[in-house]
Amino acid sequence: MALLVTLALLVSPLSDPAEEARARALETEIRCVVCQNEPISQSSADMAADMRALVRERVRAGDSDAEIRAFFAARYGDFVLLRPRIEAGALALWLAPLALLAIGAGLTWNALRRRPGEDFPPEPD
Amino acid sequence: MAGAVSGELGHALAVLALTASCAQAVLGLLARPPLAAAAAALAQAGAVALAASLALLIAAFVRSDFSFAVVAAHSHSAKPLLYKIAGAWGNHEGSMLLWCLVSSAFGAAFSLRRGPLSLGHWSRTLGVQGLVTAGALVYALILSNPFARLDPAPMEGAGLNPVLQDPALALHPPMLYLGYVGLSLPFSLALAALIEGEAGPAWARALRPWALIAGTCLTLGIALGSYWAYYELGWGGWWFWDPVENASFMPWLAAAALLHAGLVTERRGSLASWTVLLAILGFGLALLGTFLVRSGVLTSVHAFAIDPQRGVAVLVLLALAMGGGLVLYAWRAGRLDKPRGFAALSREGALVANNLGLSVACGTVLIGTLYPLLAEAVTGRLVSVGPPYFNLTFAPLMGALLLLAPLGPLLAWRRGDLGAAARRLALAFAAALGLALGVGLLLAPGWGAALGLGLGAWLVLGALVYLWARAGARFGKLAALPLGIWAAGLAHAGLGVFVLGAVGETSFKQERALLLLPGERTRFAGREVTLSGIEAAEGPNYYADRAIFSVDGRSIAAERRFYPASQTPTSEVAILSSWGGDLYIALGETSREAGPVRLSVRLYFNPMVQLIYGGAALMALGGALALVRRMRLRGEAS
Repeated sequence: MALLVTLALLVSPLSDPAEEARARALETEIRCVVCQNEPISQSSADMAADMRALVRERVRAGDSDAEIRAFFAARYGDFVLLRPRIEAGALALWLAPLALLAIGAGLTWNALRRRPGEDFPPEPD
Repeated sequence: MAGAVSGELGHALAVLALTASCAQAVLGLLARPPLAAAAAALAQAGAVALAASLALLIAAFVRSDFSFAVVAAHSHSAKPLLYKIAGAWGNHEGSMLLWCLVSSAFGAAFSLRRGPLSLGHWSRTLGVQGLVTAGALVYALILSNPFARLDPAPMEGAGLNPVLQDPALALHPPMLYLGYVGLSLPFSLALAALIEGEAGPAWARALRPWALIAGTCLTLGIALGSYWAYYELGWGGWWFWDPVENASFMPWLAAAALLHAGLVTERRGSLASWTVLLAILGFGLALLGTFLVRSGVLTSVHAFAIDPQRGVAVLVLLALAMGGGLVLYAWRAGRLDKPRGFAALSREGALVANNLGLSVACGTVLIGTLYPLLAEAVTGRLVSVGPPYFNLTFAPLMGALLLLAPLGPLLAWRRGDLGAAARRLALAFAAALGLALGVGLLLAPGWGAALGLGLGAWLVLGALVYLWARAGARFGKLAALPLGIWAAGLAHAGLGVFVLGAVGETSFKQERALLLLPGERTRFAGREVTLSGIEAAEGPNYYADRAIFSVDGRSIAAERRFYPASQTPTSEVAILSSWGGDLYIALGETSREAGPVRLSVRLYFNPMVQLIYGGAALMALGGALALVRRMRLRGEAS
């Protein structure tokens, strides 16, 4: 039994290096559901090992990255996606940095605008 | 019996300090000459009382007095002395007392000397700082009294969480608190400036050391925490955009912004109202950090002291501080600005761009951190915002900001000469671009990583160009440069070194998991790794299975420990550092059935990881030099 658990922790690498790389990238984006806040790539929990095996199974079956993310979200909820989906509900989250930048730049521009023809001689330290 | 009443004495001293801070608040805010001096004396007396109070708590930890509820819950008689002492702040109650002490001690340090500040500014700053300390003390005494007793006292304590028994983590909380609470004085200064209706160069000069202390201590505290996570949590990671990591990173960004905005106000008198706003919000972020860590509203690897009621109380303090501060700001900020114009291309312009970038970056981290809470409150759905989000939003923004960083210090105040600055930096830019292209084409880690490395090199070289230009392109003058110039150069170079390490480690790390028999060898990252043997070992308060590895003839050991006091297993990794990076070995399960003993092992090679911590150390050194320079200037002035 102990041996079985141990082997489960060591999910066998996929034979195709491109598929292996995809699986590894996906594993950093999926959250281990029994851990505090860890992706399955980093967790040593049995559950994370099972989830890693599942990622590899889906990659081997030829699913796209998006399909695999959707598969996990359907099975465990959106909670497992460390990369929140870009969708209508999460638009605020993804647009917020751009909105902040636009507002900040606008306010800065407005505050620092000077009358035309104003000159500022340079001053040394 | 030693310390029979030490708990009651410690409690009484804390109550005394609370009384002193309340009186300090009233007398300080009145801002009349004899009262202001009394407020200063009270600030110093309060700090002494709190220091004695914390000393009594530490003494209870040292002699394992389990009649103290916190000692019984978080200590153990068999724990090494360092962790008995550190245990005093390794728990919620003790850490809040430390928070109060730092706040009070900073107020006392500020009260020692008025300098060029007006009496009104000085006295009212002491008053607001008294309010801050009093608020924290009310919270600490009512909701998390560290001196609560148990009767009968248990014979033995429950022990400190073993993963927290670590030298880096003994220092991590005090450093972070020095940083968090370091932002309380800029807050007090900001409110005093709003009450007085003036925030000029003398005010900014009084503010900047505190922004420096906050920035330097946060840099060290975050780096210690990150280093601890790197070698203790066993997956070779050093930053995970975890909510609690973000909680300490946001005040760091605010302190960095404040440092740069304060520079403009100090030298030029401009941007006063913005500096005041930053000082208010920065302390808000520090309180928010305390709230996020203490309330446990966000699941996190670090939240080890969780109590919703206490969380709500911190939130109330946060609302009072921010509500009061921002209302005052809205009412009075209009009086502060005495704009002295500057062209967009000037030192001021560059520092404004710096502040825009840091503020938007900080806002992005804030939104990413709080979004799961908001989404759950609004839609009831649990979502996660993890590293991919921050890598896609924060990283490009910070990249753009860092691209501009070498330019700013080379521009003159008021109006800079972009052409001259660009000519000075041309060689550095070409070298950095060459590095990015070379890495991108030859090692092909992806263009994001190649550009990141180029950016790191650009920052380091840009800082060197800055020092060189300031020395008038003469080697002999480098040593004679003012400390402030060295401070800025080292801090910016340190940031570049950090970027090199962070990007290099993330892009080039290698990882492999395998099963090893004793005596079995494998090749990994150009090294020969042999599992030499597995043995039983015993520490002061744990038992361990120790796996000895031989790496190219050098011996390192990884352990799986068991702490009987708290019935917890932990894992200690083996690290072999070299100039290129760390070989890092973490243990998994041992199988004892089905034949020979095989050890499940995860091997990592983390290249350039030393640069991450070396960069942070350089940044902190820059901050420390700037502080030394300030103290020297003070010495000369008085």
